[in-house]
Amino acid sequence: MPGLKDVKDKIAGVKKTAQITKAMNMVASAKLRGAQDKMESFRPYAEKFAGTMGELSAGMEDANLPLMEIRDVKTVEIVIVTSDRGLCGSFNSNIIKTVEKLVKQYESEGKSVSIVTVGKKGTQAFKKSGKLRKAYNDIMGTFQIFNAREISHDITEAFLKGESDQVDIVYGKFHSVAAQKPEREELLPIKPVEGEENSAQEQSGATGSYIYEPDPNEIMEVLLPLYLNVQVYHAMLEVGASEHAARMTAMDNATNACKDMIDELTQLYNKARQAAVTGELMDIVGGAAALKG
Amino acid sequence: MAQIHLEVVTPTGPVISDDVDIVTAPGVGGEFGVLANHAPFLSTIKTGTLSFKKDKQVKYLMVSGGFSEVSNNKITFLVESAEFGKDIDVNRAMMAKERAEKRLAQAQQAAESLNRVRAEAALQRAMARLRAAEMARS
Repeated sequence: MPGLKDVKDKIAGVKKTAQITKAMNMVASAKLRGAQDKMESFRPYAEKFAGTMGELSAGMEDANLPLMEIRDVKTVEIVIVTSDRGLCGSFNSNIIKTVEKLVKQYESEGKSVSIVTVGKKGTQAFKKSGKLRKAYNDIMGTFQIFNAREISHDITEAFLKGESDQVDIVYGKFHSVAAQKPEREELLPIKPVEGEENSAQEQSGATGSYIYEPDPNEIMEVLLPLYLNVQVYHAMLEVGASEHAARMTAMDNATNACKDMIDELTQLYNKARQAAVTGELMDIVGGAAALKG
Repeated sequence: MAQIHLEVVTPTGPVISDDVDIVTAPGVGGEFGVLANHAPFLSTIKTGTLSFKKDKQVKYLMVSGGFSEVSNNKITFLVESAEFGKDIDVNRAMMAKERAEKRLAQAQQAAESLNRVRAEAALQRAMARLRAAEMARS
């Protein structure tokens, strides 16, 4: 039986932990709202962009654009977007596991892999693998579109130099507050967007009667790098929201676990106290009986 | 006067959505103006100053990198950043300009193509900001 004081100290300790996890939960939920707002304000831009891309690429099958060039794949570059901080459940480790599987798969196909990480957790995981080409750390908290631009510049450069023949991005997609899953997408070469029904054309009733300045090919050359920015930025936004959602859930679980533990410990404490009281009573009664006798 | 609907959208959200008289924008092939009922038109936008007129008042925006689409009496700009001239912090833009000039000089010596491109882009943005701020004040 542990001493009364020990149990009391332990209860106080667990209570403090619960306070911290609860605070973290609330901070995460506030930050999640911010991240979701950020995603929300990005949506109109992304949607319009995709619409125009679809419309443009529909009419240009034979365009010879370097960013769309499909080559024999010898080297695959994987861009991994994780959070900078831990304490968010299995969110980061799920992404890392997905990447590890992917690396094994590519290597079994005889392709070599290089890795670019965004977010400290991914960097830590792949630092020793010898595949890490570049790491972007400590930007997940306050990133903006220019951070995404820097990253996409860098991977484009490598692709154009022939250092990589295919670029994948793996990130934690935000499905809902309760569910975030690792997602893999191909960034480069850019695939033509399937000819979606274009809303702008439908509205105006005009089909393909746009005046282009400069010509569509040149517009594409400007648009493709921007499109890449959009995709990288999108992945970062998803991870930003997912991270906070995952932390919210993890911290909620931790708070609940603390509560259970406190309940158990309190029972233990009461039992110990009861035992002590009983022991004392026995002493007193025993003493009284001895005096009488 | 017939009006055209102007929308400027950036990754951080819409900047403006309003009916205006005329829009002037920095196209890659030179500056162009768009009035109401313009034919469908698609052009890339370079870093520069966008202006529009409404109620006899001209307003200026700094825009960088993107494209514009005209259709159905509506002009949409999808740009990476957009700021109203009157909101621009001139001191900050000045500092950014100096910084970019320094970086450009360094990059030219070292002949690093990527850094040069970046420094040039930064310089252009800073100069467009200054111009937009200046025009908004005058």
